[in-house]
Amino acid sequence: MVYKPSDFRGKVAIVGAIDAASPTGVLGVSERDLEVQMVKGALDNAGLKVSDVDGLFGTGMMMPTMELAEHMGITPRYTDSTMTGGSSFEGHVQHAALAIAAGMCEVAVVFFASTPRARGKGLGDMSAMMGMMDPKNPMPMVEWEIPYGNVMPAGAYALAASRHMALYGTTSEQLAQIAVSTREWASRNPNARYQDPITIDDVLNSPKVATPLHRLDCCLVTDGAGAVVLTTAERAKDLKQKPVYVLGAGTAHDHAMMISEMPDLCTTPGVISGREAFSMAGVSPSDVDVVETYDSFTITVALALEDLGFCEKGEAGAFVADGRLGPGGALPTNTNGGGLSYTHPGMYGMFLLVEAARQVSGQASDRQVENVNIAVAHGCGGVLSCTSTLILGSEDAL
Amino acid sequence: MSRMLMGTSQVAEPFWKGTEEKVLRLQFCKDCGKAHHYPRNFCPYCHGDNLEWKDVSGEGTIYAVTVCHKPGLPTMAASVPYVVALVDLAEGPRMMTNIVGLDDVNSAKVGDKVKVAWEDAGSGKNLAVIEVA
Repeated sequence: MVYKPSDFRGKVAIVGAIDAASPTGVLGVSERDLEVQMVKGALDNAGLKVSDVDGLFGTGMMMPTMELAEHMGITPRYTDSTMTGGSSFEGHVQHAALAIAAGMCEVAVVFFASTPRARGKGLGDMSAMMGMMDPKNPMPMVEWEIPYGNVMPAGAYALAASRHMALYGTTSEQLAQIAVSTREWASRNPNARYQDPITIDDVLNSPKVATPLHRLDCCLVTDGAGAVVLTTAERAKDLKQKPVYVLGAGTAHDHAMMISEMPDLCTTPGVISGREAFSMAGVSPSDVDVVETYDSFTITVALALEDLGFCEKGEAGAFVADGRLGPGGALPTNTNGGGLSYTHPGMYGMFLLVEAARQVSGQASDRQVENVNIAVAHGCGGVLSCTSTLILGSEDAL
Repeated sequence: MSRMLMGTSQVAEPFWKGTEEKVLRLQFCKDCGKAHHYPRNFCPYCHGDNLEWKDVSGEGTIYAVTVCHKPGLPTMAASVPYVVALVDLAEGPRMMTNIVGLDDVNSAKVGDKVKVAWEDAGSGKNLAVIEVA
């Protein structure tokens, strides 16, 4: 028989979550040691032990789950190193939920650590790409985009923002409001890189990076790490935290790292991943209490709100302008301060997951939103290329 | 602007040959009739491999545009601010390019009509850039 996605609704839960970031932006711990800290911390948060783990999910340069498993003495019977950029971790939860529901593993850990501040800024990644290049068969991006010097990744998102503004009249002030609302949340997160309130003028007066995006429209570059633990709904009932059930999941991509290959710069594959996730969960955007959505740039949030159906295509600018994304607003969004103000270690998807799980399980301390039954975690990897949408819910949402 | 190519592909040899004479060339599918860019060994629309190269008009429309105030390449650091755009060519395909020759870098707008121009990229090749028509 063939199953339907909705057959897996609520069968698996996130039962542990932890993350690490510092107001300095620097953690001063190696990536491997951070991974170990996060795996142990998430298991401790759940009330489970390393010896319980039989499924491992992570991403990185080389065989990341194998490297960490070797280091920690874990022998998983299910392993997944899917790499879809910043959306990888939502994808890992989707895959873990299916693997657990199918009985292929029972306790899964998704992990992430990245210390770009220790590596230093610069063109390291591009140089690495050049080094691996066959000069007679370069990656298409090397031949058709890089010679034009678009500043990456900001320039790709700037192109999308320029198109959105031209088509729909979206303004820099409206995009800036997203950064302002997100900063209001960050002021409630003692680990956030930036916690002082900002105004729309602060955003507009910050240096231009790639028009129409200013520095404060852009995410941070910080160290960061995190992990979540998943298990069966049955086992979740006996653990330390309120279970955070995986109600729906969807993933889609329509290009990779070339923004010139994106079919429509104002429409992300979030239309597809969101449709799949909401359909599997049997809920609609109006049922959502908290949104954790990838904010590599302010425009990333605007496009996601439209593509997930929180507002109509082209209306995100007006939708966010009343501050509804901030504390006390109608649609609390990026409640940890987001990649714009909390942390952004190259890939941000883990922090969406951790914050969504905390909000649903009531562990979000000073920034806890009341009566959260349904949260969205929406990752976006590449340059608006791959989106992965999760609908997470409390027991009341089952 | 100081131009540098970091590799050209075998499949795109006719394209780069055309740039030596400042001619813009695209691949067309003889089965479905569509043109595509970047060059491939098959048609990305119908997945057939019955392709031909044709010289094209070099005319197009700005689809999206940004002014980079930070350089994407170290060799272009002295040129900021400069304009990066996606241009929809009259024959259909979209390409990334630079808009050059503007008195005001902020003046190029989505929807503006443009025409291909050329900048020396070394080894006899030229890079396809864009001027507002």
